[in-house]
Amino acid sequence: MMIHHLSTTFGSLLGRLSLKWLPHDPITAFGAILLAAVPIGAALLITYTKRWRWLYREWLTTQDPKRIGIMYIIVAILMGLRGLADVILIRTQQALSSGSNHGILTASHFQQIISAHGTIMIFFVAMGLMFGIINLIVPLQIGARDVAFPFLNATGFWLFFAGMALINVSLIIGDFSATGWLAYPPLSELKYSPTVGVDYWIWSLEIAGIGSLLAGINFVVTIIKKRVKGMSLMKMPLFCWSVLGSMSLVIFAFPILTVTLTLLALDRTIGTHFFTAGYGGNMMMYVNLIWAWGHPEVYILVLPAFGIYSEVAAVFSRKKLFGYASMVWAIWAIVILSFIVWLHHFFTMGAGSDVNAFFGIMTMIIAVPTGVKLFNWLFTMYKGKLNMKTPLYWLIAFVVVFTIGGMAGVLMAVPPVDFQLHNSLFLVAHFHMMIVSGVLFGYFAGITYWYPKFLGFKLNERLGRYAFWSWLVGFLLAFVPLYILGFMGATRRLDHYSSSLGWQPLFVVAAIGVVFIIAGVIFQILQLIVSIWQRNGELKAGHDPWDGRTLEWSLPTPIPVYNFARLPEVSTRDAYWEAKKTNYIDDRPYEPILIPKNSPLGLVIAAGAFIFGFAVVWHIWWLAVLGLAVSIFGLIYRSMDEHTEYKLSAAEVKQMDQMRFQEIKS
Amino acid sequence: MSSISQNAEVARADRLIERHEKDNTTIFGFWVYLMTDCVLFASLFATFAVLRNNTFGGPSGATLFSLPYVLVETLSLLTSSFTCGLALVSAQARRKTQTIIWFIITFALGLTFLSLELSEFHKFVVMGDSWRRSGFLSAYFTLVGTHGLHISIGLLWMAVMIVFIYKRGINKLTMKRIRMLSMFWHFLDVVWIFIFTIVYLFGALHA
Repeated sequence: MMIHHLSTTFGSLLGRLSLKWLPHDPITAFGAILLAAVPIGAALLITYTKRWRWLYREWLTTQDPKRIGIMYIIVAILMGLRGLADVILIRTQQALSSGSNHGILTASHFQQIISAHGTIMIFFVAMGLMFGIINLIVPLQIGARDVAFPFLNATGFWLFFAGMALINVSLIIGDFSATGWLAYPPLSELKYSPTVGVDYWIWSLEIAGIGSLLAGINFVVTIIKKRVKGMSLMKMPLFCWSVLGSMSLVIFAFPILTVTLTLLALDRTIGTHFFTAGYGGNMMMYVNLIWAWGHPEVYILVLPAFGIYSEVAAVFSRKKLFGYASMVWAIWAIVILSFIVWLHHFFTMGAGSDVNAFFGIMTMIIAVPTGVKLFNWLFTMYKGKLNMKTPLYWLIAFVVVFTIGGMAGVLMAVPPVDFQLHNSLFLVAHFHMMIVSGVLFGYFAGITYWYPKFLGFKLNERLGRYAFWSWLVGFLLAFVPLYILGFMGATRRLDHYSSSLGWQPLFVVAAIGVVFIIAGVIFQILQLIVSIWQRNGELKAGHDPWDGRTLEWSLPTPIPVYNFARLPEVSTRDAYWEAKKTNYIDDRPYEPILIPKNSPLGLVIAAGAFIFGFAVVWHIWWLAVLGLAVSIFGLIYRSMDEHTEYKLSAAEVKQMDQMRFQEIKS
Repeated sequence: MSSISQNAEVARADRLIERHEKDNTTIFGFWVYLMTDCVLFASLFATFAVLRNNTFGGPSGATLFSLPYVLVETLSLLTSSFTCGLALVSAQARRKTQTIIWFIITFALGLTFLSLELSEFHKFVVMGDSWRRSGFLSAYFTLVGTHGLHISIGLLWMAVMIVFIYKRGINKLTMKRIRMLSMFWHFLDVVWIFIFTIVYLFGALHA
């Protein structure tokens, strides 16, 4: 029976794939063409400017975390624009689709867009920005010349890229999951979602998730093992602490995601019964498993942003961070507590009052360390010499919005209240307030703050402020109505509602909010363009434009490939701040430095993973075997290479370093 | 003159220490990876624990499993762990041929284990008790199968390793990798002991 099943599957060389899966309705077709135009246009441009060799040598094969970080951020920004396009469609649909008007989207298309929005924003925007900034900053702040495992790091990025590519291919051929961003069964089971949509969702996240896991391992080891001599853990910049907390969560949480997605894939592909309604499956087990990953995931994203806020608060207040030790302990309290609150996502499961009470109380307790952090940022700013630049604006907006959103969260931690608000727009408003202010604003602040370190010029301040105000006003307009709608009984993921409910005006206000957010995004793009335009004028920045406190600001800009020509000597927190107070002249001899050679094999391994994922989605088994073979081949080929590093001699380092000093002087 | 050579000595010692630290970093990284694999298996064990009684009218562990058969499987894997340890000891003594021989024996024992497991799977599937039969069997095949997949990866790694040692001998790099491979192999052994206990022993006892 099994053999018969396999042979019919092998029967068609292309599995389930056929031309009928190309998009037919105008909106999807337009989106698909637009999406396909981006890589094709980019390829044409590169060919026209004869930049392929440059691209290959400088970017595609690089092992340098500074470049990998920039690639993460570029991917995240592009995906953010796609996620924003989804937002525009969602808000337009909900503003129009009342009474006899059914809006611009069909129900199933609307559900696909909702699912794509959540998935893309979390996995490819928030995670991308986070890993980007971590790659850029962590090695510099701990005084390291490199990460612990450069090849693993590059492979992690390319797996992230492969997952991103797969989710975008779903727009061009096939469809996407219409089951929400976490694809609860039994809806996501084959019986109720028979097309390839959920499979695309599974394999995109599976591949990107493994990439995140590799990156997590790399950064935990980097922070523990690669700190410069003298920098004990309690002397690390707080951003590094927050990354250590976040990456520890990654290594404990992401394997659970891998398992959960695999089990769902097995259900859909070979007919197991983990989460099916019959045959002894247990669909609530899926919900438990996915949130055992999903809740820590929230803190994975938010902790590094907390770290950025800590850096920004200290630097732009010209004061040392208030309550360093309590900040560190707050991070670890959050890390541990974040693993014992997952059930608050489904109090309505009916686990009983004792279980619900436990998770409700834990959820309230996790607000305590977060509150500690908020007060510490406020006390850092208190009586500081505030340098009112855009990063500080984001921080202050975050403190206000995050507190409001957090209070709503504590409210929902009370199980009886949650029974009223579960899956309502109140919840949607709550988590957007947490993630947009806690994560996105934080990464905006971080990008503005560290931008001059890598590019040599600051971002235009006036446009930054325009962007900030548009964002803040738009964000509040878009989400405060959702709190009210939630109280009025509006549930999430509605593609249509009765006009007698009187919800439409509030949905229209939310849509107007999105217009402001779009204005904010346009200002941000303008800010980038104008800043590049003005880069040699007043925006030109030296190596330390903000009067920074941590080691990254001690380096010349652009930062040499080896980061530190001579490893810094650290004996206190805020090492660079302390060093600036003395007139120390470094006359230690230079030493030879080992630098990892470029390698295309990370890209090859990820390409194999992409082929494998695509093939499994469409049941093209021979191609799946081929994809897997490519990945394994890449891995073995890499393991045979013993000469993965090249050496810069002490004399070369000396020459490069002194040339840079001359540049700084002139 | 002598101070220059002394300096060179010191520099050489420093480089050695740096090398050593680098190896330590890799080994530590591998421990962290094993921890993630531990979480992966923990999730699968949890799944199995939830579904173990959901037989949906199909066979339970008590009717399916033959403990003597699993004992043979277990013994072959445990012995392979022992011979893997011997391979590591030989490698530390820089005995190339001996290391390769012990790895070949380990490989053979691992392959025996894998064949036994697959033929057990085959038997169940032929009887109509495949992963499609019930939630319990889905969890059983997936948990035990994931361990089997790890063993297969370990065997592939070992095959590559044997070629590697044959071609390049035992040096710093191969030594580091032999260490990691043996960690991986022992880890799989530990996981199997949990599978043996929780899946097979408890399953067979629970009539």
